Amino acid sequence: MSAAILFWAVLVAQLLLAAAMCCAVVRLLQGPRAQDRVLALDTLYVNAAILLLVFGIRTGSPLYFEAALLISLLGFVATAALAKFLLRGEVIE
Amino acid sequence: MPDGIVLACLVGLPFVAAIVAGLLPTRARDTASMLAGAVALVCLGLVWSAYGTVSGGGVLRAELPWMPQLGLSIVLRMDGFAWLFAGLITGIGALVVLYARYYMSAEDPVPRFFSFLLAFMGAMTGLVLSGHLVQLALFWELTSFLSFLLIGYWHHTAAARDGARMALTITATGGLSLFAGVLVLGHIVGSYDLDVVLAAGDTIRDHPLYIVALILIVLGALTKSAQFPFHFWLPHAMAAPTPVSAYLHSATLVKAGVFLLARLWPVMAGTDAWAWTVGLAGLITMLIGAYIAIFQNDLKGLLAYSTISHLGLITLLLGLKSELALIAAIFHTMNHAAFKCSLFMAAGIIDHETGTRDIRRLSGLNGPMPFTARLALVAAAAMAGVPLLNGFISKEMFFAEALSATAPVHPLLNVLPLAAMLASAFSVVYSLRFIHGVFFGSPPTDLPRTPHEPATWMRFPVEILVLTCIMVGVLPAATVGPYLDIAARAVLGDATPYYSLAVWHGVNLPLLMSVVAMAAGVTIYLILQRRLREGMDGPPLIRHLDAQRLFERAMVTLSWRLARTLERIAGTRRLQPQLRLILIAAIVAGAGAAFVRGVGPGNLVPAPIDPVLALLWVVGAACALGAAWQAKFHRLAATILLGGVGLVVCVTFVWFSAPDLALTQLTVEIVTTVLLLLGLRWLPKRMQSSSAREPEVLGRTRRLRDLAIATAAGGCMAMLAYVVMTRTPPELLAQHFLARAYLEGGGTNVVNVILVDFRGFDTLGEIFVVGVVALTTFALLRRFRPAADSVELPEQQRDQLEADEARHARDDGRHVADWLLVPFTLTRLLFPVMLVAAAFLLLRGHDLPGGGFSAGMVVAIAIILQYIVGGTEWTEDRLSLLRPPAWIGTGLLLAAGTGVAAWAFGLPFMTSYFSYADLPVLGKVPMASALIFDIGVFVLVVGATLLMLIALAHQSVRGRRSTPRTLPQAKASPRVADAVGGGG
Repeated sequence: MSAAILFWAVLVAQLLLAAAMCCAVVRLLQGPRAQDRVLALDTLYVNAAILLLVFGIRTGSPLYFEAALLISLLGFVATAALAKFLLRGEVIE
Repeated sequence: MPDGIVLACLVGLPFVAAIVAGLLPTRARDTASMLAGAVALVCLGLVWSAYGTVSGGGVLRAELPWMPQLGLSIVLRMDGFAWLFAGLITGIGALVVLYARYYMSAEDPVPRFFSFLLAFMGAMTGLVLSGHLVQLALFWELTSFLSFLLIGYWHHTAAARDGARMALTITATGGLSLFAGVLVLGHIVGSYDLDVVLAAGDTIRDHPLYIVALILIVLGALTKSAQFPFHFWLPHAMAAPTPVSAYLHSATLVKAGVFLLARLWPVMAGTDAWAWTVGLAGLITMLIGAYIAIFQNDLKGLLAYSTISHLGLITLLLGLKSELALIAAIFHTMNHAAFKCSLFMAAGIIDHETGTRDIRRLSGLNGPMPFTARLALVAAAAMAGVPLLNGFISKEMFFAEALSATAPVHPLLNVLPLAAMLASAFSVVYSLRFIHGVFFGSPPTDLPRTPHEPATWMRFPVEILVLTCIMVGVLPAATVGPYLDIAARAVLGDATPYYSLAVWHGVNLPLLMSVVAMAAGVTIYLILQRRLREGMDGPPLIRHLDAQRLFERAMVTLSWRLARTLERIAGTRRLQPQLRLILIAAIVAGAGAAFVRGVGPGNLVPAPIDPVLALLWVVGAACALGAAWQAKFHRLAATILLGGVGLVVCVTFVWFSAPDLALTQLTVEIVTTVLLLLGLRWLPKRMQSSSAREPEVLGRTRRLRDLAIATAAGGCMAMLAYVVMTRTPPELLAQHFLARAYLEGGGTNVVNVILVDFRGFDTLGEIFVVGVVALTTFALLRRFRPAADSVELPEQQRDQLEADEARHARDDGRHVADWLLVPFTLTRLLFPVMLVAAAFLLLRGHDLPGGGFSAGMVVAIAIILQYIVGGTEWTEDRLSLLRPPAWIGTGLLLAAGTGVAAWAFGLPFMTSYFSYADLPVLGKVPMASALIFDIGVFVLVVGATLLMLIALAHQSVRGRRSTPRTLPQAKASPRVADAVGGGG
């Protein structure tokens, strides 16, 4: 019984996360401002990290947690670079 | 001494000494010349040590098999003929070295000169001692190449560069022809071994390919020996230092062609084809060379054309169907080397002491330099063929041969003695011109330097050579007789006819011809004297027949016009057509293969669709399409969208259990985004007028076509992937790797074990490439000039600066520092965390996902993050270890060193080793030598990534330094700012 609950809960969570990513992509494509797109990319990263965590629960493998950890540790660097670019017009000064 | 050692030393020693000389300091003139002289003398001694063997008709031979199954070996072989040439090369080499010591100025990089000269000596010795045809062709090309270096020694002068290039073009092309020729010859005989070839004369002459081999080989010989119509490179080679002219262009290099013809004479000569090609070329060259030599105003030019003429004489002798002519040819080769070398040296002395080589300006040098004058007089008399000198004896032999020659056709029979006399008369004229014009007449005036006698040792080589001329001339049989005999017997064997070397053969027709030729020569000189004094612009009658101009026109056509035409027809600098071509070619090739082999459904049942993954892919596809859609005009948006694509790809990799790939993908994705953003700053702004350039309809058609191509290419790729993935994979190496990864590589992460162990050699090559690419990027960006409109500060920074200035209470840049305070603190705190993650990935990479590459990328990202948020100056002040080029080197050394270390244990390169170490706290830890290799990869990846990104990032720092803070003025002249920026 609890296995069934877990299965459905994980599936729904994954679907919802994927749906969230779809929503983020709408912003990513539409903009209208560059800042919106950057924020959408960051949201994508966060959602992807959580998606991998949930995937790890689904398969019971610890490897996916590491993948999620690395996405959360490094993923924001792209966002930071983009933000810096928007703020100052160049990434490294 | 064993044969092998003697021969190997003769060829090898000069090359070794050349390397040593090349490593000497630039000003070490004396050391270099001593070294060169010692080597030349040692080689001469070695040659002499072989006299005992070759004088008895023996042959020294050494063979080192290289690829015996292909018939390729290194064979050194010295018979009497090669012995004579080796003696000439080393003996005259020693004299030239001594002369060059005094001739070369202390300001020149003399060790380089001697290095080239020694290498040339080695190549030349290797050429004459080659016992294998392919090896001979190799040394042949080597002499061409080294003579190129020697002619171009004073590469700051245009004449030297042009002369060197021309000599290389002609002689190296000839060398290629020779190479083809010896291949044909080897094919005919069935062996490339010289001994076998020399024993197969009849086979060669009767073979249908004989003509082909003959033409190719003769082309090689004629170009090298500066024979008509390839003679024109030799006068231009006079731009070389005079010792080079004396050595290469009289005694050795140009004699290589003659050597080859004589070497192959027993097996290839004797046919009409040989007589026509070789004999006719020699005849024409002899006459034209002598004729042009008369009208040269440059001393070295005169000697160069006279060399061409004498080489023509030797070639003509080789072309005659007579054994005696061959002996005369060998004899004249030696004589010519002696007197021409001394004449070149004398010309060099005159040039050295007076500062000019123009015969019209020189006169009366007999007064200030009487000794040199007498030496030159004797040498020139030998060249003219005056009795009691060596030139006379070989000339007599030539006349005798010209009279008795059995030429293939009748008219030539009548022409030959006349031509011989004419050439002889011409040689009297130019010899007279040389001596009379330079040493006699009124005392010299208006010379760049006051002439005086040269240093005693500079004159010494000339004295030796002139003494030889006299001794051979007076007592030929007693002095040179035995040596000539050895050489002649080595070539002709039992067929050597009787000949007599003597000054006096009684009153006969050749003597009469000599007398007539001399009288004619003196008369012609007296007639021409005044006109020659005034100076003429080239020789009359054939002034417009300028082979050099033809050559240059051919070169321009080939290397410039033809190339440009081809580029215009087939090339494009625009990226779109190139991409279009590549894609269409790929589609056609792929579709063609699918059409020929057929595409059927796969045997695997596709897995059911996972709704989550499907949604993810919708996200990815939307991002990819959006990126393509925005790529042209909204680069930033396209970059962000590409980030989305990369993320989805990364998640997909995780989904399908490829964590290593996912790790790599994630880190590469982030670095790529930063790289693109760094580049984005310097891209030019959008040109507003671009849309108005072509009509709307045309633009739309073009885009529709491109869309069709893109869709087709993408569709094909997708289909290909689908077809591959719905099939059982064939039995590849995968099983083998999976089975052995732990047993033999000591790791459970198969991907990593493959990278650092099974395929470690590939990885080593790849990281070298990465290092090279990084250094190249760095080198290119050092001289990078941004587009003019992107030099100024970005809009945002200007606004913020203005805001800072408006509020005077705050420092410049304070605004930004405040904004960045929180991210700045956070990234500083995160830095060690990221390093720990990297260390974790690196250390466990052998067993679980990770490894040197991803760890390196993580460290690079961590450092770049500090750059982004903290700024260049802040980061570089604190990270003093940040020296990417050194890291690249360390990484390569570590990785390659691990591979080499296996040798120490007697194992093949890159064999890895692993065991378990029992550490005090950690317990049993697996240790593989592959880890050190992986650390090398790690260090290199960090260095290379950082070097590339930082090189780009430094552009803005450089821009900052050069752009003054008060922007309105600087904006007016971005070019100035740019120019200053270039110095940074």
